[in-house]
Amino acid sequence: MDLSDFAADVGDSGPVTITGLGTRGGPVADVRCVRAPAGIDWIQADEMIVSCGAGTPVAELDAALAGVGQSVALPLSGTVGGALAIGRSSHRRLGDGPVRDVLLQTHYVSAAGEIVKAGGPTVKNVSGFDLCRLLVGSRGALGFFGDVILRTRPLPAVSQWFHREGDPWEVFAALYRPVSVLWDGQATWVLIEGHSIDVAEQAARGGLRPVDGPPSLPTGGRRSMAPSALRTLSGTSGFVAEVGVGVVHTIEPSGPEPLQPAVAALHRRLLHQFDPGGRLNPGIDVGFGSV
Amino acid sequence: MTALAEPTLVDDLVHALGPDRVRVGAAELSLYRRDASNFDGHASVVCFPTSTTEIQAAVQACVRHDTPYVARGSGTGLAGGATPLAGAVVISLAKMNRILAVDAAARQAWVEPGVLNLDLSKAVAHLGLHFAPDPSSQQSCTIGGNVANNSGGPHCLADGVTSAHIVAMEVVLPEGDIVTFGGEDPEPAGFDLRGAFVGSEGMFGIATKICVRLIQNPPAVRTMLLDYMSVEDGAATVSAIIAEGMVPGALEMMDALCTRAVEEYIHAGLPMDAAAILLVEVAGLPNALEHEVERIVAIGRAHGARNVRVAQDEAERALLWKGRKTAFGAIARIKPNYYLHDTVVPRRKLPEVLNKVYEIAARHDLLVMNVFHAGDGNLHPLLVFDKREPGVMARVHAAGEEIVRASVAAGGVLSGEHGIGLEKRDYMPLMYDPPDLAAQASMRAAFDPTGLANPTKVLPSPASCGDVQHLPEGVWI
Ligand SMILES: Cc1cc2nc3c(=O)[nH]c(=O)nc-3n(C[C@H](O)[C@H](O)[C@H](O)COP(=O)(O)OP(=O)(O)OC[C@H]3O[C@@H](n4cnc5c(N)ncnc54)[C@H](O)[C@@H]3O)c2cc1C
Repeated sequence: MDLSDFAADVGDSGPVTITGLGTRGGPVADVRCVRAPAGIDWIQADEMIVSCGAGTPVAELDAALAGVGQSVALPLSGTVGGALAIGRSSHRRLGDGPVRDVLLQTHYVSAAGEIVKAGGPTVKNVSGFDLCRLLVGSRGALGFFGDVILRTRPLPAVSQWFHREGDPWEVFAALYRPVSVLWDGQATWVLIEGHSIDVAEQAARGGLRPVDGPPSLPTGGRRSMAPSALRTLSGTSGFVAEVGVGVVHTIEPSGPEPLQPAVAALHRRLLHQFDPGGRLNPGIDVGFGSV
Repeated sequence: MTALAEPTLVDDLVHALGPDRVRVGAAELSLYRRDASNFDGHASVVCFPTSTTEIQAAVQACVRHDTPYVARGSGTGLAGGATPLAGAVVISLAKMNRILAVDAAARQAWVEPGVLNLDLSKAVAHLGLHFAPDPSSQQSCTIGGNVANNSGGPHCLADGVTSAHIVAMEVVLPEGDIVTFGGEDPEPAGFDLRGAFVGSEGMFGIATKICVRLIQNPPAVRTMLLDYMSVEDGAATVSAIIAEGMVPGALEMMDALCTRAVEEYIHAGLPMDAAAILLVEVAGLPNALEHEVERIVAIGRAHGARNVRVAQDEAERALLWKGRKTAFGAIARIKPNYYLHDTVVPRRKLPEVLNKVYEIAARHDLLVMNVFHAGDGNLHPLLVFDKREPGVMARVHAAGEEIVRASVAAGGVLSGEHGIGLEKRDYMPLMYDPPDLAAQASMRAAFDPTGLANPTKVLPSPASCGDVQHLPEGVWI
């Protein structure tokens, strides 16, 4: 399927929803459903960029990139388009950066059924307003990703998880750019990557011993806290916190955060500009209740 | 009884800010007629708020009197972003230059928009931290200007441009509301309005407080200088380094003319006969660095590097960087004026586009030097000239337009870090079709329903429709 077929599928009238692999909530119920083009168009290892359809499974992309010693900072489940539409990073965000910084260019299909380009193909670009950042995390309410150009990163020589009992604060302060620091109130897990001797020296510095992998992350809820506020979780349990980032994976479900009224009004104006008829993913929650 | 005269805009501003911080004198206004670009406008008033509520009052006064306004940091922008048009009010953030809070443990800081870029890094240096974006203008540009232009610098290759280092900001929206975009927390609810605001060139509101991410100073740094007999070999080295999975902290290139000018200026021992030199810096943990230095030296030699100089100590490193950083000063000794361009091309197209740049400059009988961020393909062709020479400006602009067109035609983009402003406004259709531009206009309409925040920048005027260089009324170059 090419982009124009996808645009024709989305059309210009009537409610429409989109799905990838359904790992992040799937399509809106009882609404005509479309899928974005899938497949890798090209990998340019020397430019550290990759182009693919938004319907491409992240795992497929990841495997292909591993072949040239690179990866992309998206969580490994579902499709590329789904990962970008939700915009949530994996537990590697401390080292890899947030999902929102991965997207360089996209052709998306607008509510009017048009193919629209946002961003540009180079790793550095400030040509006009940063529409790509607005689209990442907007849950398909402003447009449906068709194809994308993503920034890649080199795979490290060595990647090793470590563990120690107790709080993470000293370890976090002592280590140089660990990729992930997780804490469950009792113990700390750290992912360190790089040259093997550096990794060993960092581990020694943090008083860490190797483990097979990270703890399993609770899936009941996901809270967003200022990294400085994580200390308030001391003495509690039922969570795994991403230290230095502030994402807290909880057993208990977490509630939505209210938006400031003027910010909610700005959301409504954006939705009105991009999708005046409210036809894209109707009813989806973009942060202040259903649209 | 006579009716009281309606208060004027100046009356309202004076009422909100006091008479000392609202200036209308012709001499003073003329200082604010443009930024560091060649675009001149005209300001009707310049005001200097010192708080968010004063900015809000100034914006509300402008809205009441239906008068456009322009936020201004240090005015070092190169695309005319801070140039006031049609008698706009200049809202200077220069007096809002306090660092409000530094959280060393969380590696975040809240600053006012008028804080100078380098002042922030200096203020947190004792904590082993710095603010990563390092534009060459970092001694004088503001964090607010960096946010508005999504600025970059040599060390953004590994660490990313400004957008990657801004977690939140307080903004006075064009309708006067005070809001926070983003947050100290990683996943604030709703759209990424923080991300949308960065790079909005003063057209989405005024940033009044900014929360930046600070990053750890690297434990070790190694700096190398490689020189080449051809630009192609230097550029091929750049591509090969990245293709081998290394992302140096910085990867800068200077061509022959620039290298000679710099060497004559600072005597750093740069090779006077080289066609190109590469400055490569790697940063991080020591063992990885030694390994990377070895590989980069080998790649360099395999691609024809004549000499490879690895800085032996901090003094030598500083000297090598001084060469890069004083390029502008050196150039001023050759000709009094310069026009600095800023486009990005795929790295693999660097040799091809550089050769085009030389050809274009020669055809227009101009001198061109190149000193640029080779690692991310960010070209900075610098046309040097003497503007007293009759007809030279027409040639400078014609050559500039051809350089921009050549970059986009090679699969590149209009700007890597200086932004669009007035300079490249009417080039936008080279990169974007009407629906793409309409989407950008939709963002603007949602953020600024009043249309008064820095109007007529970035988005091409509907009338120009693909033609370039239709300057808005009241502007001249
Ligand atoms: C010699 C020289 C070298 C340079 N090198 C680089 C470089 O290496 N990399 C690079 O990226 N740039 C570079 N620049 C360009 C310039 O320094 C940057 O764009 C800088 O970020 C502008 O900051 P400023 O404070 O001077 O902003 P100004 O020029 O005053 O304003 C720039 C834009 O920001 C808006 N603005 C300012 N403050 C705010 C605010 N608080 N809220 C909303 N909008 C605001 C203005 O309206 C305007 O549109 C260079 C410039 C010069 C003169």
